[in-house]
Amino acid sequence: MIEKFLRKLGKPLVKFFSGLGSLSIFIIRSVGNCFIPPFYVKNLLRQVMDIGFYSLPVVGLTTIFAGMVIALQSYSGFSRFGAESAVASVVLISVTRELAPVLSALMVAGRIGAAMAAEIGTMRVTEQIDALTTLSTNPYKYLIAPRVVAGVLVLPILVLIGDVIGIYGGFVVGVYQLGFNPANYVKATLQELEYLDVITGVVKAAVFGFIISIMGCYNGFKSKGGAQGVGEATTNAVVSSSILILIFNYIITGMFFSK
Amino acid sequence: MSDSKIKITNLHKAFGKKVVLDGVDLEIKRGESLVVIGGSGTGKSVLIKCIQGILTPDQGSILIDDEEVVGVSEKEKEKLHSKMGMLFQGGALFDSLTVWENVAFGLIENQKMDRKNAKMEAIRVLRQVGLAPDVADLSPSELSGGMQKRVGLARAIATRPEIIFFDEPTTGLDPIMSDVINDLIIESVKGLGATALTITHDMASARKIADRIAMLYKGKIIWQGTVKELDKTKNEYVRQFINGSSQGPIKVEV
Repeated sequence: MIEKFLRKLGKPLVKFFSGLGSLSIFIIRSVGNCFIPPFYVKNLLRQVMDIGFYSLPVVGLTTIFAGMVIALQSYSGFSRFGAESAVASVVLISVTRELAPVLSALMVAGRIGAAMAAEIGTMRVTEQIDALTTLSTNPYKYLIAPRVVAGVLVLPILVLIGDVIGIYGGFVVGVYQLGFNPANYVKATLQELEYLDVITGVVKAAVFGFIISIMGCYNGFKSKGGAQGVGEATTNAVVSSSILILIFNYIITGMFFSK
Repeated sequence: MSDSKIKITNLHKAFGKKVVLDGVDLEIKRGESLVVIGGSGTGKSVLIKCIQGILTPDQGSILIDDEEVVGVSEKEKEKLHSKMGMLFQGGALFDSLTVWENVAFGLIENQKMDRKNAKMEAIRVLRQVGLAPDVADLSPSELSGGMQKRVGLARAIATRPEIIFFDEPTTGLDPIMSDVINDLIIESVKGLGATALTITHDMASARKIADRIAMLYKGKIIWQGTVKELDKTKNEYVRQFINGSSQGPIKVEV
């Protein structure tokens, strides 16, 4: 009876820890190969375009509506105790610290994490990764490193752009819908602007970029068994990176702001 | 230097409880074309992947040019791979690159040839496998199965390797195209003076391209000899396999 129970418990546990082990080895190898030549600059630039440039519309739309909604919500909430004037600073803080990094990262995880897992997974099941190896090209250097480096570099830039767009969204709602004086709104925003808020957002973005690339590549790299395996890898990449983004968002916030 | 190019001794490989290679002994001489035949799932692909260092065997030794290759570092492996070429079963062409970039991949990335010369060389090799220069700028997905095999072959031989592996080179092709590919394989292997290891279950192809044939069954080499000896053998496993009969000592596990 007890033995049966333990067995049932043991199997997923062993699976979990062996998965964690293989992920750790994968991360160490990937990161190591980011610093060892040869570097595939062309592949890196392609990833920068894919992750960065082509994500701009998604990130722009996400952050502008996030900023707009925060302006509305905080106005209606704060008007209960006559603190409407805080709208500008609430928009600023919530966009730079939380909304721009987290929402952008989640959107990019859906867009890019899935694409990476699908592309690398297909390369795995059609033996293209083995083909790279037999052409004496290290797949970690050729495939993984450019994606990881691009993710870490590009997400912060995306988030900085998202910050500006999100704050602009708040400004638009504040001025045209809620009737704030534009000059005063801008002044209030600039007064409240603190480097730390922006910097935490950027640090978060870099970590999220790493998570998205690593989870996308890892799931693709380890996928097996044809179309179904690739589909599974894609799902796992998006789900695992989204959850990790939310967890690490909490951890990093704690590191910066808890006293 | 001895005249053996690849020497495999007592090679074992298991995945979990499933034993795939159970003591393989095999020697391939310099410039020889050896074909390994055997049913599906008998570990032919695993054998090739062990020799290439993509899989690490559990036990045993593989000598290439009299040097042990089991357990060498990644760097050594990369050096080893520059001696090898491989034609994959499904082609395994890089679909993000054009046809000529596929063929020239090893030349550009490893031999550091500049792109202009590499493209000219790629077109030359493509012509050698019977493809017109105008396919060079197409994407691999625009090609038919037979053409993809040719491009795969061109990529395998472009770096002028000493050893070429062919994984089921004729699977999925019609008989005439199969024979064309067989001819191309013979031509390119002889042209380079390379050592070739082919795995297949297509007996027509095996007879045509082999100097010597070995049969893999239940993780061991149970028979080897020339094509002539193949037809005379009394080995019942081999006879059943080459006759393609469901009756005999080999039981198909369903």
